[in-house]
Amino acid sequence: MSPTDDRALPGTIFDESAILSIQDLSRMCAVDERHIVEFVEEGVLSVVTVSSEWRFTGDALRRARLALRLERDLELNLAGVALAVELIEELAQLRRELGARRQ
Amino acid sequence: MEFKDYYKVMGVARDATDAQIKQAYRKLARKYHPDVSKEKDAEARFKDVGEAYEVLKSPEKRAAYDQLGKDYRPGQDFRPPPNWDSGFEFSGAGPGAGDESYSDFFDALFGAQARAGRGRRGEAHPGRGEDHHAKVLLDLQASLNGGTRSFTLRMPEIDAEGRLVSKERTLNVQVPRGILAGQQIRLAGQGAKAHGDGTPGDLYIEVEFQPDPLYRVDGRDLYLELPVAPWEAALGATVKTPTPGGNVELKIPPGSHAGTKLRLKGRGIPATQPGDFFVVLQIALPPATGEKAKAAYAALAAAGAFNPRASLGV
Repeated sequence: MSPTDDRALPGTIFDESAILSIQDLSRMCAVDERHIVEFVEEGVLSVVTVSSEWRFTGDALRRARLALRLERDLELNLAGVALAVELIEELAQLRRELGARRQ
Repeated sequence: MEFKDYYKVMGVARDATDAQIKQAYRKLARKYHPDVSKEKDAEARFKDVGEAYEVLKSPEKRAAYDQLGKDYRPGQDFRPPPNWDSGFEFSGAGPGAGDESYSDFFDALFGAQARAGRGRRGEAHPGRGEDHHAKVLLDLQASLNGGTRSFTLRMPEIDAEGRLVSKERTLNVQVPRGILAGQQIRLAGQGAKAHGDGTPGDLYIEVEFQPDPLYRVDGRDLYLELPVAPWEAALGATVKTPTPGGNVELKIPPGSHAGTKLRLKGRGIPATQPGDFFVVLQIALPPATGEKAKAAYAALAAAGAFNPRASLGV
Protein backbone atom coordinates (compact mmCIF):
# COMPACT_ATOMS: atom_id res chain seq x y z
CA MET A 1 0.00 0.00 0.00
CA SER A 2 1.73 3.15 -1.15
CA PRO A 3 0.85 6.49 0.35
CA THR A 4 -1.00 8.69 -2.09
CA ASP A 5 -1.54 12.28 -1.14
CA ASP A 6 -5.05 12.66 -2.48
CA ARG A 7 -6.29 9.85 -0.26
CA ALA A 8 -4.37 10.87 2.85
CA LEU A 9 -6.42 11.73 5.91
CA PRO A 10 -6.03 15.34 6.93
CA GLY A 11 -4.61 15.49 10.46
CA THR A 12 -4.87 18.47 12.78
CA ILE A 13 -2.76 19.26 15.83
CA PHE A 14 -5.30 18.59 18.49
CA ASP A 15 -3.30 20.10 21.33
CA GLU A 16 -3.43 23.56 19.79
CA SER A 17 -6.51 23.61 17.61
CA ALA A 18 -9.05 22.16 20.01
CA ILE A 19 -11.05 24.17 22.53
CA LEU A 20 -12.96 21.77 24.76
CA SER A 21 -15.82 22.29 27.17
CA ILE A 22 -16.08 20.24 30.33
CA GLN A 23 -18.84 18.25 28.65
CA ASP A 24 -16.54 17.42 25.71
CA LEU A 25 -13.74 16.33 27.99
CA SER A 26 -15.93 14.21 30.25
CA ARG A 27 -17.43 12.46 27.20
CA MET A 28 -13.99 11.85 25.64
CA CYS A 29 -12.65 10.40 28.87
CA ALA A 30 -15.91 8.58 29.69
CA VAL A 31 -16.02 9.96 33.23
CA ASP A 32 -18.34 12.22 35.22
CA GLU A 33 -17.92 15.96 34.90
CA ARG A 34 -17.34 15.97 38.64
CA HIS A 35 -14.20 13.94 38.10
CA ILE A 36 -12.89 16.56 35.68
CA VAL A 37 -13.70 19.29 38.22
CA GLU A 38 -11.62 17.41 40.78
CA PHE A 39 -8.69 17.27 38.38
CA VAL A 40 -8.94 21.02 37.84
CA GLU A 41 -9.14 21.72 41.56
CA GLU A 42 -6.10 19.55 42.20
CA GLY A 43 -4.16 21.28 39.42
CA VAL A 44 -3.92 18.24 37.14
CA LEU A 45 -5.71 20.17 34.40
CA SER A 46 -5.60 23.86 33.70
CA VAL A 47 -8.54 25.84 32.38
CA VAL A 48 -9.29 29.20 30.87
CA THR A 49 -12.59 30.79 31.83
CA VAL A 50 -14.50 32.24 28.89
CA SER A 51 -17.75 34.06 29.75
CA SER A 52 -17.93 32.18 33.06
CA GLU A 53 -17.47 28.77 31.39
CA TRP A 54 -14.43 26.53 31.54
CA ARG A 55 -12.44 25.90 28.39
CA PHE A 56 -9.68 23.31 27.98
CA THR A 57 -7.04 23.00 25.28
CA GLY A 58 -6.49 19.69 23.50
CA ASP A 59 -3.56 18.61 25.63
CA ALA A 60 -5.97 18.37 28.58
CA LEU A 61 -7.29 15.18 26.96
CA ARG A 62 -3.89 13.52 27.11
CA ARG A 63 -3.30 14.66 30.69
CA ALA A 64 -6.75 13.62 31.84
CA ARG A 65 -6.39 10.17 30.30
CA LEU A 66 -2.97 9.72 31.88
CA ALA A 67 -4.36 10.80 35.24
CA LEU A 68 -7.27 8.37 34.94
CA ARG A 69 -4.97 5.47 34.09
CA LEU A 70 -2.74 6.23 37.06
CA GLU A 71 -5.69 6.58 39.37
CA ARG A 72 -7.18 3.28 38.27
CA ASP A 73 -4.08 1.12 37.80
CA LEU A 74 -1.95 2.37 40.68
CA GLU A 75 -4.84 3.13 43.03
CA LEU A 76 -3.49 6.62 43.66
CA ASN A 77 -5.40 9.41 45.34
CA LEU A 78 -5.86 12.79 43.67
CA ALA A 79 -2.81 14.43 45.21
CA GLY A 80 -0.69 11.44 44.21
CA VAL A 81 -2.08 11.57 40.68
CA ALA A 82 -1.30 15.27 40.39
CA LEU A 83 2.27 14.73 41.53
CA ALA A 84 2.77 11.69 39.29
CA VAL A 85 1.45 13.52 36.20
CA GLU A 86 3.84 16.41 36.82
CA LEU A 87 6.79 14.09 37.29
CA ILE A 88 5.93 11.91 34.31
CA GLU A 89 5.74 14.93 32.02
CA GLU A 90 8.99 16.30 33.35
CA LEU A 91 10.64 12.92 32.90
CA ALA A 92 9.39 12.66 29.31
CA GLN A 93 10.85 16.11 28.61
CA LEU A 94 14.20 15.20 30.15
CA ARG A 95 14.32 11.92 28.26
CA ARG A 96 13.72 13.75 24.99
CA GLU A 97 16.56 16.14 25.73
CA LEU A 98 18.86 13.37 26.84
CA GLY A 99 18.00 11.27 23.80
CA ALA A 100 18.77 14.20 21.51
CA ARG A 101 22.10 14.93 23.17
CA ARG A 102 23.22 11.31 23.09
CA GLN A 103 23.10 11.01 19.34
CA MET B 1 -3.94 -22.96 26.25
CA GLU B 2 -1.44 -22.84 29.10
CA PHE B 3 -2.33 -22.77 32.74
CA LYS B 4 -1.30 -19.45 34.31
CA ASP B 5 0.05 -19.32 37.82
CA TYR B 6 -1.29 -16.00 39.08
CA TYR B 7 0.46 -16.40 42.43
CA LYS B 8 3.79 -16.69 40.67
CA VAL B 9 3.06 -13.66 38.48
CA MET B 10 2.39 -11.63 41.62
CA GLY B 11 5.30 -13.18 43.52
CA VAL B 12 3.14 -14.13 46.51
CA ALA B 13 2.51 -17.37 48.37
CA ARG B 14 -0.69 -19.36 47.77
CA ASP B 15 -1.90 -18.46 51.23
CA ALA B 16 -1.08 -14.75 50.90
CA THR B 17 -3.49 -12.41 52.64
CA ASP B 18 -5.51 -9.80 50.75
CA ALA B 19 -3.21 -7.13 52.17
CA GLN B 20 -0.12 -8.93 50.87
CA ILE B 21 -1.67 -9.32 47.45
CA LYS B 22 -2.59 -5.67 47.31
CA GLN B 23 0.90 -4.67 48.38
CA ALA B 24 2.49 -6.93 45.77
CA TYR B 25 0.20 -5.52 43.09
CA ARG B 26 1.03 -1.91 43.91
CA LYS B 27 4.73 -2.59 43.86
CA LEU B 28 4.60 -4.42 40.53
CA ALA B 29 2.17 -1.92 39.02
CA ARG B 30 4.52 0.94 39.80
CA LYS B 31 7.39 -1.01 38.32
CA TYR B 32 5.68 -2.05 35.09
CA HIS B 33 3.04 0.61 34.46
CA PRO B 34 3.53 1.61 30.80
CA ASP B 35 3.22 5.31 31.66
CA VAL B 36 6.01 5.06 34.20
CA SER B 37 8.20 2.11 33.30
CA LYS B 38 11.10 1.93 30.91
CA GLU B 39 11.41 -1.85 31.24
CA LYS B 40 11.48 -3.45 27.81
CA ASP B 41 8.42 -5.66 28.17
CA ALA B 42 6.61 -3.35 30.58
CA GLU B 43 3.29 -3.43 28.78
CA ALA B 44 3.08 -7.22 28.61
CA ARG B 45 4.26 -7.61 32.18
CA PHE B 46 1.78 -5.02 33.39
CA LYS B 47 -1.06 -6.83 31.65
CA ASP B 48 -0.06 -10.09 33.32
CA VAL B 49 0.08 -8.42 36.71
CA GLY B 50 -3.25 -6.66 36.19
CA GLU B 51 -4.89 -9.89 35.16
CA ALA B 52 -3.47 -11.80 38.11
CA TYR B 53 -4.64 -9.06 40.48
CA GLU B 54 -8.08 -9.00 38.90
CA VAL B 55 -8.46 -12.63 39.92
CA LEU B 56 -6.65 -12.71 43.26
CA LYS B 57 -8.21 -9.55 44.71
CA SER B 58 -11.71 -10.90 44.28
CA PRO B 59 -12.57 -13.55 46.89
CA GLU B 60 -15.00 -15.28 44.52
CA LYS B 61 -12.63 -15.39 41.56
CA ARG B 62 -9.72 -16.42 43.75
CA ALA B 63 -11.72 -19.27 45.27
CA ALA B 64 -12.77 -20.44 41.83
CA TYR B 65 -9.23 -20.21 40.53
CA ASP B 66 -7.83 -22.11 43.53
CA GLN B 67 -10.45 -24.79 43.14
CA LEU B 68 -9.61 -25.23 39.51
CA GLY B 69 -5.86 -24.76 39.87
CA LYS B 70 -5.08 -27.36 42.46
CA ASP B 71 -4.52 -30.05 39.81
CA TYR B 72 -2.52 -27.90 37.42
CA ARG B 73 1.10 -26.91 37.04
CA PRO B 74 2.06 -23.65 35.31
CA GLY B 75 2.49 -24.05 31.58
CA GLN B 76 0.54 -27.30 31.56
CA ASP B 77 -2.07 -27.58 28.84
CA PHE B 78 -5.32 -26.41 30.27
CA ARG B 79 -8.98 -27.11 29.42
CA PRO B 80 -11.64 -25.72 31.69
CA PRO B 81 -14.23 -28.39 32.51
CA PRO B 82 -17.75 -27.59 31.31
CA ASN B 83 -19.77 -25.53 33.78
CA TRP B 84 -16.83 -25.47 36.11
CA ASP B 85 -17.77 -22.09 37.49
CA SER B 86 -21.27 -22.92 38.61
CA GLY B 87 -21.65 -22.19 42.26
CA PHE B 88 -19.46 -19.11 42.17
CA GLU B 89 -20.92 -15.70 41.86
CA PHE B 90 -18.89 -12.98 40.27
CA SER B 91 -19.30 -9.39 41.16
CA GLY B 92 -18.76 -6.99 38.31
CA ALA B 93 -15.22 -5.82 37.88
CA GLY B 94 -13.94 -2.92 35.87
CA PRO B 95 -11.13 -3.36 33.45
CA GLY B 96 -7.84 -3.80 35.22
CA ALA B 97 -4.62 -3.38 33.34
CA GLY B 98 -5.16 -1.44 30.15
CA ASP B 99 -8.58 -1.59 28.60
CA GLU B 100 -7.67 -4.28 26.16
CA SER B 101 -7.54 -7.99 26.20
CA TYR B 102 -6.92 -10.43 28.98
CA SER B 103 -5.21 -13.70 28.15
CA ASP B 104 -7.13 -16.57 26.57
CA PHE B 105 -6.69 -18.36 29.87
CA PHE B 106 -8.48 -15.58 31.73
CA ASP B 107 -11.18 -15.36 29.10
CA ALA B 108 -11.79 -19.09 29.30
CA LEU B 109 -12.23 -18.83 33.05
CA PHE B 110 -13.94 -15.53 33.60
CA GLY B 111 -14.57 -14.19 30.12
CA ALA B 112 -18.33 -13.89 30.08
CA GLN B 113 -18.61 -12.57 33.62
CA ALA B 114 -15.73 -10.13 33.29
CA ARG B 115 -17.06 -8.73 30.05
CA ALA B 116 -20.52 -8.29 31.50
CA GLY B 117 -19.03 -6.41 34.41
CA ARG B 118 -16.71 -4.25 32.40
CA GLY B 119 -17.07 -0.54 32.61
CA ARG B 120 -18.99 0.72 29.67
CA ARG B 121 -16.30 3.10 28.64
CA GLY B 122 -17.38 5.37 25.85
CA GLU B 123 -20.80 3.84 25.56
CA ALA B 124 -22.43 6.33 27.85
CA HIS B 125 -23.30 8.29 24.72
CA PRO B 126 -25.21 6.01 22.42
CA GLY B 127 -25.06 6.89 18.77
CA ARG B 128 -21.38 7.74 18.84
CA GLY B 129 -18.46 5.36 18.42
CA GLU B 130 -15.61 5.18 20.89
CA ASP B 131 -12.48 7.30 20.38
CA HIS B 132 -9.25 5.44 19.77
CA HIS B 133 -5.77 6.43 20.88
CA ALA B 134 -2.38 5.41 19.53
CA LYS B 135 1.26 6.43 19.65
CA VAL B 136 3.65 6.69 16.72
CA LEU B 137 7.27 7.61 16.02
CA LEU B 138 7.54 10.37 13.46
CA ASP B 139 10.51 11.80 11.60
CA LEU B 140 11.27 15.45 12.28
CA GLN B 141 11.01 16.29 8.58
CA ALA B 142 7.29 15.54 8.65
CA SER B 143 6.75 18.24 11.25
CA LEU B 144 9.04 20.71 9.47
CA ASN B 145 7.60 20.32 6.01
CA GLY B 146 4.30 18.52 6.47
CA GLY B 147 3.65 15.64 4.11
CA THR B 148 2.03 12.25 4.07
CA ARG B 149 3.16 9.38 6.25
CA SER B 150 1.67 5.94 6.58
CA PHE B 151 1.20 4.43 10.02
CA THR B 152 0.37 0.83 10.81
CA LEU B 153 -1.71 0.62 13.95
CA ARG B 154 -3.15 -2.26 15.93
CA MET B 155 -6.66 -1.50 17.03
CA PRO B 156 -8.90 -3.45 19.36
CA GLU B 157 -12.20 -4.31 17.75
CA ILE B 158 -15.28 -6.27 18.74
CA ASP B 159 -15.89 -8.98 16.17
CA ALA B 160 -19.22 -10.46 15.06
CA GLU B 161 -19.26 -12.89 17.99
CA GLY B 162 -18.65 -10.14 20.49
CA ARG B 163 -15.04 -11.06 21.13
CA LEU B 164 -12.29 -8.52 21.50
CA VAL B 165 -9.77 -8.93 18.68
CA SER B 166 -6.76 -6.96 17.60
CA LYS B 167 -6.84 -5.77 14.02
CA GLU B 168 -4.08 -4.17 12.00
CA ARG B 169 -4.68 -1.31 9.64
CA THR B 170 -2.57 1.15 7.72
CA LEU B 171 -3.51 4.79 7.54
CA ASN B 172 -2.13 7.46 5.26
CA VAL B 173 -2.03 10.64 7.23
CA GLN B 174 -1.31 14.19 6.19
CA VAL B 175 0.92 15.23 9.04
CA PRO B 176 0.17 18.78 10.19
CA ARG B 177 3.21 21.06 9.96
CA GLY B 178 4.62 22.17 13.26
CA ILE B 179 3.52 19.24 15.40
CA LEU B 180 5.73 18.75 18.47
CA ALA B 181 6.76 15.68 20.43
CA GLY B 182 4.03 14.74 22.90
CA GLN B 183 1.23 16.35 20.88
CA GLN B 184 -1.71 14.54 19.37
CA ILE B 185 -2.91 14.42 15.77
CA ARG B 186 -6.68 14.15 15.58
CA LEU B 187 -8.22 12.17 12.74
CA ALA B 188 -11.94 12.80 12.72
CA GLY B 189 -14.14 9.74 12.25
CA GLN B 190 -11.26 7.20 12.38
CA GLY B 191 -12.17 5.75 15.78
CA ALA B 192 -14.60 2.92 16.45
CA LYS B 193 -17.79 2.64 14.46
CA ALA B 194 -20.97 3.54 16.29
CA HIS B 195 -23.54 0.94 17.26
CA GLY B 196 -26.33 1.58 14.81
CA ASP B 197 -26.04 4.54 12.50
CA GLY B 198 -24.36 7.13 14.70
CA THR B 199 -21.15 8.98 13.99
CA PRO B 200 -17.89 7.06 14.42
CA GLY B 201 -15.40 8.06 17.10
CA ASP B 202 -12.16 9.91 16.44
CA LEU B 203 -8.59 8.67 16.39
CA TYR B 204 -5.89 10.48 18.36
CA ILE B 205 -2.28 9.77 17.48
CA GLU B 206 0.32 10.90 19.96
CA VAL B 207 3.63 11.72 18.36
CA GLU B 208 7.24 11.22 19.42
CA PHE B 209 10.14 12.15 17.14
CA GLN B 210 12.71 9.70 15.89
CA PRO B 211 16.20 11.06 16.51
CA ASP B 212 17.17 13.27 13.59
CA PRO B 213 20.65 12.78 12.11
CA LEU B 214 21.32 16.54 12.02
CA TYR B 215 19.07 18.47 14.35
CA ARG B 216 18.34 18.33 18.03
CA VAL B 217 14.86 19.47 19.05
CA ASP B 218 14.08 21.53 22.12
CA GLY B 219 10.44 22.58 22.15
CA ARG B 220 10.10 24.49 18.87
CA ASP B 221 13.78 25.30 18.64
CA LEU B 222 16.26 23.31 16.59
CA TYR B 223 19.96 22.95 17.31
CA LEU B 224 22.73 22.04 14.90
CA GLU B 225 26.30 21.37 15.94
CA LEU B 226 28.41 22.92 13.22
CA PRO B 227 32.09 21.96 12.96
CA VAL B 228 34.39 24.85 11.97
CA ALA B 229 38.13 25.09 11.52
CA PRO B 230 40.09 26.99 14.22
CA TRP B 231 40.89 29.84 11.79
CA GLU B 232 37.25 30.11 10.72
CA ALA B 233 36.30 30.65 14.36
CA ALA B 234 39.24 32.93 15.14
CA LEU B 235 39.23 35.08 12.02
CA GLY B 236 35.58 34.86 11.04
CA ALA B 237 34.28 33.22 7.89
CA THR B 238 31.23 32.54 5.81
CA VAL B 239 30.43 28.81 5.76
CA LYS B 240 27.77 26.66 4.16
CA THR B 241 25.29 25.38 6.76
CA PRO B 242 22.35 23.01 6.40
CA THR B 243 19.00 24.29 7.73
CA PRO B 244 15.51 22.76 7.44
CA GLY B 245 14.79 25.22 4.63
CA GLY B 246 17.92 24.29 2.68
CA ASN B 247 21.59 25.23 2.81
CA VAL B 248 22.47 28.80 3.77
CA GLU B 249 25.68 30.82 3.89
CA LEU B 250 26.27 31.49 7.58
CA LYS B 251 28.53 34.25 8.80
CA ILE B 252 30.82 33.21 11.64
CA PRO B 253 31.93 36.33 13.55
CA PRO B 254 35.66 36.69 14.26
CA GLY B 255 36.66 35.65 17.76
CA SER B 256 34.14 32.81 17.98
CA HIS B 257 34.95 29.78 20.08
CA ALA B 258 33.65 26.28 20.73
CA GLY B 259 30.08 26.56 22.03
CA THR B 260 29.36 29.94 20.42
CA LYS B 261 25.65 29.98 19.62
CA LEU B 262 24.38 31.68 16.49
CA ARG B 263 20.66 32.20 16.10
CA LEU B 264 18.62 32.14 12.91
CA LYS B 265 15.33 33.61 14.05
CA GLY B 266 12.13 31.84 13.09
CA ARG B 267 13.81 28.96 11.27
CA GLY B 268 12.88 26.29 13.81
CA ILE B 269 9.67 24.27 13.88
CA PRO B 270 6.94 26.20 12.04
CA ALA B 271 4.03 27.81 13.88
CA THR B 272 2.36 31.20 14.21
CA GLN B 273 5.35 31.98 16.39
CA PRO B 274 7.91 29.61 14.93
CA GLY B 275 10.88 28.33 16.87
CA ASP B 276 14.44 29.47 16.24
CA PHE B 277 17.32 27.66 14.63
CA PHE B 278 20.52 27.61 16.65
CA VAL B 279 23.94 26.79 15.33
CA VAL B 280 26.40 25.73 18.00
CA LEU B 281 30.01 25.91 16.90
CA GLN B 282 32.38 23.03 17.37
CA ILE B 283 36.06 23.47 16.67
CA ALA B 284 37.40 20.72 14.44
CA LEU B 285 41.12 20.24 14.81
CA PRO B 286 43.11 19.85 11.59
CA PRO B 287 45.43 16.81 11.80
CA ALA B 288 49.13 17.61 12.15
CA THR B 289 50.18 15.30 9.37
CA GLY B 290 52.81 16.46 6.94
CA GLU B 291 55.62 18.93 7.41
CA LYS B 292 53.62 22.02 6.46
CA ALA B 293 50.86 21.37 8.99
CA LYS B 294 53.40 20.62 11.73
CA ALA B 295 55.28 23.82 10.92
CA ALA B 296 52.03 25.81 11.08
CA TYR B 297 51.20 24.41 14.51
CA ALA B 298 54.75 25.15 15.69
CA ALA B 299 54.47 28.71 14.39
CA LEU B 300 51.17 29.10 16.25
CA ALA B 301 52.77 27.80 19.45
CA ALA B 302 55.63 30.27 19.04
CA ALA B 303 53.24 33.15 18.28
CA GLY B 304 52.25 33.82 21.87
CA ALA B 305 51.61 32.49 25.32
CA PHE B 306 48.39 30.53 25.13
CA ASN B 307 47.44 28.48 28.17
CA PRO B 308 44.32 26.40 27.47
CA ARG B 309 44.29 25.36 31.16
CA ALA B 310 44.37 28.85 32.65
CA SER B 311 40.88 28.37 34.12
CA LEU B 312 42.10 25.29 36.02
CA GLY B 313 44.73 27.35 37.85
CA VAL B 314 47.68 25.41 36.45
